[in-house]
Amino acid sequence: MLVNGNESVIVQGLTGGQGTFWSARMKACGTNIVAGSSPGKGGRRVDGVPVYNSACEAARDHKLDVSVLFVPPMAAAGATLDAIHAGVRKIVLLTEHVPYQDTMRILAEAVDAGAQVLGPNTAGLVVPGESAVGIMPGLAANIFQPGNVGVLSRSGSLGTLVCLNLVADGYGQSAFIGIGGDPILGTTTLDALRTLDQDPQTEAVVLVGEIGGVMEEEAADYVAEMSKPVVAFIAGRSAPPNTRMGHAGAIITGTRGSGESKASALTAAGAHVVDLPSQIGSVLDELGVRSNVVGAA
Amino acid sequence: MNLLEHLGKRLLRDAGLTTPRGTVVVTPDEAAEAASALGPNLVLKSQIPAGKRGKSGGIRFPTSVAEVRSAAEDLLGAEVAGHRVSSLLVEQSADIARELYAAVLNDAASKKPTVIFSTQGGMDIEEVSSATPDSVKRCAIDVRKGFTAADAALLLAETDLAASEQAAVGRALMRLYQLYSDVDAELVEVNPLVLTAGGTVVALDAKISLDPGALARHRDLVRDLTDELPDERTDRVRAARDAGLALIELDGSVGVLANGAGLTMTTLDAVAYYGGRAANFLEIGGDAYTKATPALELVLTNPAVKSLVVNFCGAFARTDVMTEGVVNALQELKPSIPVSFSIHGTGEEEAIAMVRDRLGIEPYDRMDDAVKAAVDAAALPEEVA
Repeated sequence: MLVNGNESVIVQGLTGGQGTFWSARMKACGTNIVAGSSPGKGGRRVDGVPVYNSACEAARDHKLDVSVLFVPPMAAAGATLDAIHAGVRKIVLLTEHVPYQDTMRILAEAVDAGAQVLGPNTAGLVVPGESAVGIMPGLAANIFQPGNVGVLSRSGSLGTLVCLNLVADGYGQSAFIGIGGDPILGTTTLDALRTLDQDPQTEAVVLVGEIGGVMEEEAADYVAEMSKPVVAFIAGRSAPPNTRMGHAGAIITGTRGSGESKASALTAAGAHVVDLPSQIGSVLDELGVRSNVVGAA
Repeated sequence: MNLLEHLGKRLLRDAGLTTPRGTVVVTPDEAAEAASALGPNLVLKSQIPAGKRGKSGGIRFPTSVAEVRSAAEDLLGAEVAGHRVSSLLVEQSADIARELYAAVLNDAASKKPTVIFSTQGGMDIEEVSSATPDSVKRCAIDVRKGFTAADAALLLAETDLAASEQAAVGRALMRLYQLYSDVDAELVEVNPLVLTAGGTVVALDAKISLDPGALARHRDLVRDLTDELPDERTDRVRAARDAGLALIELDGSVGVLANGAGLTMTTLDAVAYYGGRAANFLEIGGDAYTKATPALELVLTNPAVKSLVVNFCGAFARTDVMTEGVVNALQELKPSIPVSFSIHGTGEEEAIAMVRDRLGIEPYDRMDDAVKAAVDAAALPEEVA
């Protein structure tokens, strides 16, 4: 999914410290935040935004296109189902450590309702100059600039580094999609790749994967059919096997989930796989992708 | 969180499944005593969190009490498959007519709980799956509905089990699913699940892994189980866990502190790419971004660390908050090793100024340069005092 500056956004968990801090930043990026929700806090206002007890309650007063959730893990299922029942069809679930059986319940409800879920455990998405939904530094001019490179990443911190390098090398972004570090995700690598492929602003894609699971392998067939160039980096290729590297999903078991398996599947599909994020810019140069950021910070 | 076999079997019994009679022992005397009480036909199983214990010599089939004692002497304290054996399960062996395989797990591809069953039990399921894929049945479950009697009947209908056996195995599968659901397991695997000559279904092994994200709603269970979990980690790994950090110690000399799993893995990759070896994986992103001070202490107390690279790229994690913690810790601990920094993202201006003003260190603009500096510094011979 992508979010434009006209779509109306509800922040669930708006009255919490992180909800309030990031809502101000999201608004500064152009995001159209129309409401917040926090159980038992209905009737307040945060920075001018009306707070409701639930998304369903907010939906009586507002059209809600998007929800971004700043809620603790044990409350994630209830809050997300509230958003789905309120008619929200784009849901950005930032929460880390959501129990997996709750995630599966959320995703089953979302499929039935026709809603898209980004996450859990995602840093969110940014359309530079348009909107930011989540916890990416969308305002930082040295990290995000409007442009033509679409970035998808499981990790927020690494996604930030990649975007920073892109801007330093003269490339702005058409969109950044953080898909999340959990093993079970609403939006997979393939889903995000398809979104960027169909996005008219995107001329090239940077795919930031990591060890664990088989999402990158499953995206390889699609990469092979794309006409837009794909540059890929897989984090964790130096990691020891059978060790969970920070993200719940980042674990190599046997040969499954290894960086080599992902890199070779993507290379075979025609993607340009780099060893380090610092090499992405020069590959885009070689591919003749149009750079557009001048005098970047 | 992987449970030892005997703890997993306790959960299976609580869920209504049958397991062989057995006793957990920690000394050869206890083993002999248990063997006398349990009678002949015993199996002695090392309680370690690893698979393929049989192949690595962790499972024995003694034929007398004396043999039980000597096998226990042999195994207790020994290292099997990379784990120190501190307890054994002495168990009656079963009267096996047929070995089956059963598991319930989270399947990332379908995003659903999945029940897996095979009539080819007792072997590595991945090998069975590649050798005879038709013998492995899978059933993706709607987590909101659960695994029903109809699901079980459908799953077992195509097997060559007799109708009465299908009914008994079906009931066992439903109990396994209920357990998976009740304790928020990531995996409940029984291999082999056996049919005895008398038609009883018995779980001969138990591999249960609990979802770490769900432990907060199973506090009683966790207290019950963790009391008996062996703790084989280093002091630093334990201290990290107590501080709410996940430390993985590696065998290199470049200390790494970064935020977020993806960036930390990438920093490790860069250390390897530039010819160095990382000493640790330790990230302070997410909720842990205020824990820079304890995190750095953990890295620096590892005597193998010869240099340190601090790599922050703040999104949710504010680099000014993380850097303040690092700077405080460096000023307090005064390590003699060189430290290089690369800092970007939320709060970077304050963070860079802090490093410059309080430590007199100029952060590198690019991560690669900070990593190279640390790799080069770690490669230098140690100064002779």
